[in-house]
Amino acid sequence: MRKYIIKRILISIAILFVVSFLIYLLMRCLPTSYVENLARQKSMQPNSKSYEEWMQQLSAAYGMDKGIFSGFFTWLGNALHFNFGDSWHYTVPVTQKFADTIWVSVYMGAVSMFFEIIIAIPLGIYAATHQYQKSDYIISVVAIAGMSLPTFFFASLLKLVFCVKLGWFDLFGLTGRNYEQLSSMGQIMDKAQHLFLPIVVLVVISIGSLMRYTRTNMLEVLGQDYIRTARAKGLSEKKVIYHHAFRNTLIPLVTIIGGSLPGLFSGALITETLFGINGIGYTSYNAMVNGDIPFSMFYLVFIAILTLAGNLISDILYAVVDPRVRVS
Amino acid sequence: MADNQEKDYILQVKNLKKYYPITGGFFSRVIGHVKAVDGISFDIERGTTMGLVGESGCGKSTTGRTLLRLDGEKTDGSVLFNGKEVYDFSKKEMNDKRTEMQIIFQDPFASLQPRMPVGEIIGEAVREHKIVPPEKYDEYVEKIMDECGLQSFQKERYPHEFSGGQRQRICIARAIALQPEFIVCDEPVSALDVSIQAQIINLLKELQEKRNLTYLFISHDLSVVEHISDTVGVMYLGNMVEFGKTEDIFKNPLHPYTQALLSAVPTPDPKAKMDRIVLEGSIPSPANPPKGCKFHTRCSKCMECCKCEVPEVREIEPGHKVACHLYKDQGKKVES
Repeated sequence: MRKYIIKRILISIAILFVVSFLIYLLMRCLPTSYVENLARQKSMQPNSKSYEEWMQQLSAAYGMDKGIFSGFFTWLGNALHFNFGDSWHYTVPVTQKFADTIWVSVYMGAVSMFFEIIIAIPLGIYAATHQYQKSDYIISVVAIAGMSLPTFFFASLLKLVFCVKLGWFDLFGLTGRNYEQLSSMGQIMDKAQHLFLPIVVLVVISIGSLMRYTRTNMLEVLGQDYIRTARAKGLSEKKVIYHHAFRNTLIPLVTIIGGSLPGLFSGALITETLFGINGIGYTSYNAMVNGDIPFSMFYLVFIAILTLAGNLISDILYAVVDPRVRVS
Repeated sequence: MADNQEKDYILQVKNLKKYYPITGGFFSRVIGHVKAVDGISFDIERGTTMGLVGESGCGKSTTGRTLLRLDGEKTDGSVLFNGKEVYDFSKKEMNDKRTEMQIIFQDPFASLQPRMPVGEIIGEAVREHKIVPPEKYDEYVEKIMDECGLQSFQKERYPHEFSGGQRQRICIARAIALQPEFIVCDEPVSALDVSIQAQIINLLKELQEKRNLTYLFISHDLSVVEHISDTVGVMYLGNMVEFGKTEDIFKNPLHPYTQALLSAVPTPDPKAKMDRIVLEGSIPSPANPPKGCKFHTRCSKCMECCKCEVPEVREIEPGHKVACHLYKDQGKKVES
């Protein structure tokens, strides 16, 4: 097992190297160049140097005069010393901007994922054990409706009803107007209130797929011979479903959930934008649109590391729940 | 039969039917039925083995599962287990009754829960039904494993670490552990090598003697059935075409289908002349079975009346019943 983990980690490092190079290559090939934009702006100002002169000066200052290979290895060398530079667009150190914006997204993602799991999995099991009955159809239709709702539409609808008509929540932002005057408990409650609708949006649009997935897997397992064996043993229906069937459904579920863990850190771009929450999704989107190479590199490589780690962890978890993997 | 009352029947099946609906169209309406088991009757005496033979798809396994109420509700007929209707039990009563009637499935690979250690597979239901007091539980599971030719250190292992024969032993141990009176063996050896088959058959026989078990032995292997059974039923397309004592069936097969099946059994003597009756064509669809005698499409002795009239079951010699028009003037009619 240890040998397997070490091998997987080494492979992951090789993959990471290639991935980060590809990201750098793509960032350099983007049609929006931060340096060009800046040079154009500067040259527009009265009594300014020409665009070419600014271009030359700024390229040297931002390290864009180097070729793609040497540029990449310079970045890599710095990155290995945990020096990720300053964000061009936000003009603060990359790590600082990242730390400022990541946690609200992670918090939002984690809470919505928690609710997604505790709602979707029982629903999926219920639908599977009541296959082709009314309740199964209702659950499936509602789940598919949730899946197919465009985020922006659903979010706007919620805002219209709960913010505009009912006035229960603020339209934008993470904190209310009187945030500074609140006690620390009040501040937490204020943030929770502001995060309520975004989390509802995230949960509703994500429940469908996990529920469908649970249902399909559960149905497959329920059709297996060993379930008939369990029934022949005279076990109660509850035992048959939770002790025999659900255990075998867990394996694919662990893979899916493990695979979606990195998603917590990628933020929710549309939801964050619509609710005016300054999370990582919104921040990284702006960085990329403005050609902010240091921030985008840091963020994308970070996501790549998480994805690789997520795969590794879910493979290890596999071994925990599946005795057959454990042996070999 | 006249001596019906004196005999101790553990299982009495009367006119049992099990149909599966075929749905089609936009609203999934029922457009027909697969008549997997179409009215069969038989009795099994306590402590004996009844063999059930027939081609694949003739409804043998469905019969086995329907007897144990493992396949939803029956369509019609009655199954009396120790004189009580199996389908009248409540869910709770049924779960308790299941300890008395067990099943061993054909596929020892698919029928064992892959994520449960063997000791737990065997012992789970023992605990659930409180077969032995908790302090004796471990000892009991080990005893059962030993009885079925498994070692007690294998308790912690998972099913995938065993060979096919050993897995079938686990399945048997699992069934035996509940101290049943009646076991349906649904082709228990057909997935195994011939050398292992004999071991498993002998294990089953040994357990039967020790525990006075009653078996319904479903198989398509006639030599195995001849070896293990006291009585034999021959099924064709959901119907029982012939039923009788094993010697009667094998020495004096009456139904043309039984004769054809027996003529196909290979003999170990290479010089023996094989007088095979070859059945033409394949088994008709149970969703749309032929009218009259279901076997008439493939029967070498087909007569005019076979095509429209369903043959009645007649008892030709004591305990030997057949459903065929060839014998319509012999023996006596059996009420069903």
